[in-house]
Formats: sequence, C-alpha cells, structure tokens
Amino acid sequence: MGDERTKLTGMPRLSQMEGVDRRQFLKYMGIAAAAVGAGPLLAACGDDSTATTGGGGGLTTEFTFANWPYYIDPGGVDSFFETSTLDDFKAATGISVNYIEEINDNVEWFGKVQGQLAAGQVIGRDLAALTDWMADRFIRLGWVEKIDKSLVPNSANLVDALKSPSFDPTRDYTLPWQSGLTSIAYDPNNTGRELTSINDIFDPAFSGRVTMLSEANDTIGLVMLGMGLDPASATLADSQAANDKIRQYVANGQIRRFTGNDYGEDLLNGNVWVAFAWSGDVIQLQADNPDLRFLVPSEGLMLWSDNMLIPKGAANKAAAETFMNYVYDPQHAAKIESYVNYICPVKGAQEAMRQMGEDLGDEDLAALAEDPLIFPTEADLAQTHIFRALPPDEREQFDAMFSETIGA
Amino acid sequence: MTDGTATRSAAAASAERRRRRVPYLLLLPGGLWLAFFYILPMLQLAGTSLKSGSFAGGYRFSWEFSNYGAGFSDFSAQFLRSIAYAGLATLITFVIAYPLAYFIAFRGGRYKNLLLVLVIMPFLFPFLLRTLAWKIILADDGFVVDTLKAIGLVSHNGRLLATGTAVVAGIAYNFLPFMTLPLYVSLEKIEPAMVEAAHDLYANPRTAFRKVTFPLSMPGVVAGTLLTLIPAAGDYVNAQLLGTPQQSMIGNVIQSRFLLVLDYPVAAALSFTLMLAILAMIIPYIRFTGTEDLVA
Repeated sequence: MGDERTKLTGMPRLSQMEGVDRRQFLKYMGIAAAAVGAGPLLAACGDDSTATTGGGGGLTTEFTFANWPYYIDPGGVDSFFETSTLDDFKAATGISVNYIEEINDNVEWFGKVQGQLAAGQVIGRDLAALTDWMADRFIRLGWVEKIDKSLVPNSANLVDALKSPSFDPTRDYTLPWQSGLTSIAYDPNNTGRELTSINDIFDPAFSGRVTMLSEANDTIGLVMLGMGLDPASATLADSQAANDKIRQYVANGQIRRFTGNDYGEDLLNGNVWVAFAWSGDVIQLQADNPDLRFLVPSEGLMLWSDNMLIPKGAANKAAAETFMNYVYDPQHAAKIESYVNYICPVKGAQEAMRQMGEDLGDEDLAALAEDPLIFPTEADLAQTHIFRALPPDEREQFDAMFSETIGA
Repeated sequence: MTDGTATRSAAAASAERRRRRVPYLLLLPGGLWLAFFYILPMLQLAGTSLKSGSFAGGYRFSWEFSNYGAGFSDFSAQFLRSIAYAGLATLITFVIAYPLAYFIAFRGGRYKNLLLVLVIMPFLFPFLLRTLAWKIILADDGFVVDTLKAIGLVSHNGRLLATGTAVVAGIAYNFLPFMTLPLYVSLEKIEPAMVEAAHDLYANPRTAFRKVTFPLSMPGVVAGTLLTLIPAAGDYVNAQLLGTPQQSMIGNVIQSRFLLVLDYPVAAALSFTLMLAILAMIIPYIRFTGTEDLVA
C-alpha cells in the first residue's frame, strides 16, 4: 500500500502545487495554534451567537455548519473544480451555508460550546462534525436533535460498515461526514528502514523522534493493537495496560510529544521521524514530501468517523438536513472527496469519481478514485478496528488516566 | 503604573476638598468591571472547587475541601515545575531587559521612540505564532542547534526543542516586553542630576548605579517581575508547544481537567491553589522590596 501511495502522490496535482506551501504553512500554524486550546478560553468570554428559539421550524434559507479546517472543497485553484460544493448547494437549493472552520480539536470545541448547551441555550450552530466519542458524549448529554430522515433519503447511501455504531445504532442523531484511518506516518529517509508493525514506534533507535496523538482513542487503540488486544472489545484493564506501556515510553523519553494535526509540521522538517497520524493528513503532506509513508501495520489500523450532528435547539434544522441529504448524493460526495482525501462514507462515490475523472480527462482525479486509503475495499476495512464506545463512568477514568500520561 | 496611582491619589486628595462624591463616581466603572468580571467569576470558581460528584451524574456543592489536597498531591510536580520555570524565566528576562531598558532610557537619544517600538513589535504578532516560530528556530536540524552542537553546548545527539530549556526560553522571550517597559518607565524618570550629584560626591559609576540608579528603578523592577512571573506561572502554551509531557506545567493540567476530563472541581481547586501560591510568593516580595507607591 505504501508504494501505491508514493506513486499516486509522486504526481501531485498541478493545480494544487502553486498554493500548497502557503496553504500548508497556514494550515499547520492554524492547527497548532488551535491545538493549544487558546480558542475556547477566549471564545468562551464572548460568543457571538444569539439565543434564538430553535428546534425544528420550517425550511430556512441559511444555516451554520461548524467543521474542521480543510474539510470541504473550496473550489478554484486548490481543487479539481471551479465551484465549491457550498456554491453548488446554494445554486441547487437556494440555501446558503455559513461555513465556519472552528473545530480543531474535539475537546477544545466542547469547551467552547458546553457552557451554553448545558444552560439550555442555542449555540447558533445548526450542524457540527464531531468524532465518534465526542458525538457519543453529545448524544448522552441530550445535546443533539433527532435527524428527520424523511428529509435525508440519501442517507441510505451510507456505507454498511458505518451503519450502526454502538453510540447511535440506528443513526438517529448522526451521519458520518468523513471517516479516516489512524496509523503510523514515517519517512524512510529518516528512519533508515521500512516499518511493518505498530511496535516499531518503540524502537530505541527513534528515541525522542516519536509523536503520538492527543486523541486518546487513536493512541490507546493503536498501542492496544500492537499488544494484540482488540480496541473494539477492550476492557478498562486493557486500556490501562496500553496506557501503562505508553507511560513507560514517555518516562524514558522515547515519545517526544502528543499532538493534534500539528505532527505534520514536525514530520516535514525532520524533528519527528515516526508519528501516529491520520490518513487524509498524510495524503496531503505527501504533496510536500512524496517519500512520506502511511504504514498499514500487520496488526491493523484504527478507523474513526467525524459525524454530522445537529446541536440542540438549532434554528435551521431543516436546512441542515437538506444539506446532509445533498452531500450524501454520490456525485456531490465524490466532489468533496476529491479535495478532502479521507475515507468517503457514501456508497457509489467511487464510481462517481471515476466517471468524473474520465469526463474531465483528469488522470489524477481518476487515480484518486482507485486510492485504497480513500476508497478502501472490504478486505482493507477488515483490517480496521473501531474503538468501543465507553460508558460515562469508564470514559471519565479513561480520559483521566490518559490525560495524566500526556502530562496533564 | 506608579504614575497612574500617584496622580490618582493626588487627584483624590484635592477632589475630597471640593466634593466627596466625584472620586467614587470615577471609581464606579472600574469597580463594576471588577465586580462582574473578576469577583463574581472568582466566587463561582471557589464554589465549583468545593463540589463533589461526577460530570455524568452532576456536580453538587458539598464543601469538598479534599479537592484541594487531591489536586495538589496529584500534580505537585507540575506545580513546582511551573514555579521553577516561571522564576527562571523571570530572572532571564530581568537580566536581558535591565540593560536594554537602561540603554534606551539613557543612551537612546532621539531613537528612543523607535527603540521602544522595536521592543513592542513582537506584540504585533499573535502570541501563538511567536511561540510557533521558536519551533522553527530551535528545530533539531536547524542552524541554532547545529551551531550549539559545533561549539559543544548541545551534545551530539541532543536537541533543544521538546526540552525544559526550550520552554523556559520561550516563556522568557514571550514576556520580555512586560519586563522591559516598566523598567524603562522608572529608569527614564530618573533625573540625570541625581546621578551627577553622586559623581560629584566621588561615587564611581558602579557605586552611583548601586546607590542611586538601581534603588530609584525599584518600582520598575517590582512591576516588571510581577508582570512576568504571574502570567508565566499560569502559562501553558510554551510547555505544550516547546516541551514534552515531562515539561507540562500546571496550566496544562488545569486546561485538560476542565476540557478533557471534565473534572471541574479539581480544575477549580488547582486554579485557586495556583492563585494562592502566587500571592504567597509576591506579598513577602512586595513587602521586602518596600515599594509602597506600587501597592498603595
């Protein structure tokens, strides 16, 4: 798989090349800045959202979508298409999207909105994309609106593997925006060898040149896989064992930092040789360093999703649902995917992208449609593991022990 | 700073003779501000720090003083580290800022304003970007590390980034203007005639500095060290970006307790403990240095 990746990104899209340096720079600066979580502390002081009486109502002509940075196609020079999906959506439905790239970190965004949601206020966001465990937290807290499925018939296109996660078994509240894989990213020029196993991250030769992710599920899950444990059915004792192992390597200096997306910058400038990383990020980083590999370890990889959900009391619920339906059309999903490069949760998007590639005569786009990291096969998905949804008590203990490991 | 309080008390004294109400009216906006944005949140924080329970089951007020003990015993390492790093960084900024402020005040001449603008210049860039820039400067394969390796200050396979040195350096850099400006203000106010008088009385330059210039600059020294030490002790950005988990400070713990673990009572207790620890440090300091016009 690693070799295929190199081939693919050895020919980065011309249209992307011009903007890439500035874009990457801003991206990692922005992400690292947000990663330290100064956002919530400042933002919490004065939120601009107005408390309106929400919850249902008719179809409005605009809605607000809180999403992660670089998670939708912007149109123009940085993408394959002239117009963005948001423009297309407005042209098709007359609904304009107030699209805010404000989620850099689940915990940080939670910190920003939790005060208002806990007080029963409306946060002025009609749609937000949150990772599985945080979506789970929102559902448990009753901070989400139930999706009106009659407005989202295209949700039938959701891939089977994601149809019934344990935190939302019938997808009443959430619909995946993107999925992704977590594994190891490395540059063989730095490591001096190819890696094959998750446990290669503990090789003493890489001491101090290793980062892991501050997302507990990803990091504990991967280490568990390396220990032969299955995160899908892990007990708290299993998590504890993985956490103890990580602790030991923090203490001996093997692990340099725990990061959000900001591992990218460290990988590119050679400070870090081996990093726990997210698939879509690595595909984008390969535009800057084609030698970078995304390892498919013998033990398997972690699979996660960021899920669209409608925060409680949203004033423009129907508009948000119309948008969900729109992006679950394979054509539209393929267009978003051509830029985002994570795993597309929509059936038929691969065929749609293939077709687009042919129609446009764009080889790069056609190649993207065959990328196993974007459209994994059943066999690929069989190697992936989803972290079990933890009940609240266990979650608290889990988060507490991991946060002590990462030094806080 | 001293300027403001001095004029305020002078103005209050003269106003009292004319009308008693005016100063209180003038105090009103500041007082309300303090009440709403400082005292109320602080009371709320104090309340939270005495709650027990869990996030899932809800937190209830129960005079749970054990939050303080638990917080301190679990995170005493981070507490001590915060105070050590902040103290060290304050010392470094002082050593750098005093000569700098002295030069601008006494040798700046017509370039004074330009030099001051240069001191403030880094503020034009966001705090986080400035810290991130240090990641580039101190990169493992960057020229700074290479140079230090060449002259043997960093061991062959050593590094600067992700070490305590980087964290302290980052804090010292970020707070340098807070030290420089108060020092400049108090140095600039010193009458050159005072120093000349010392020389006339056969003081050599060193004695003149020790007996005249430095004592007169004490308000700036105290203000500068406080303005640096207090925020530095609560800083978590430098530790997060330039350190490793082994360099994490109490600010990192508080942030993670509030936002990840959702353990609000212990997070609040830690915030209070930090506040008290800082107060315990600075009150004797202010008393010892005796700059009445600063605390008046």
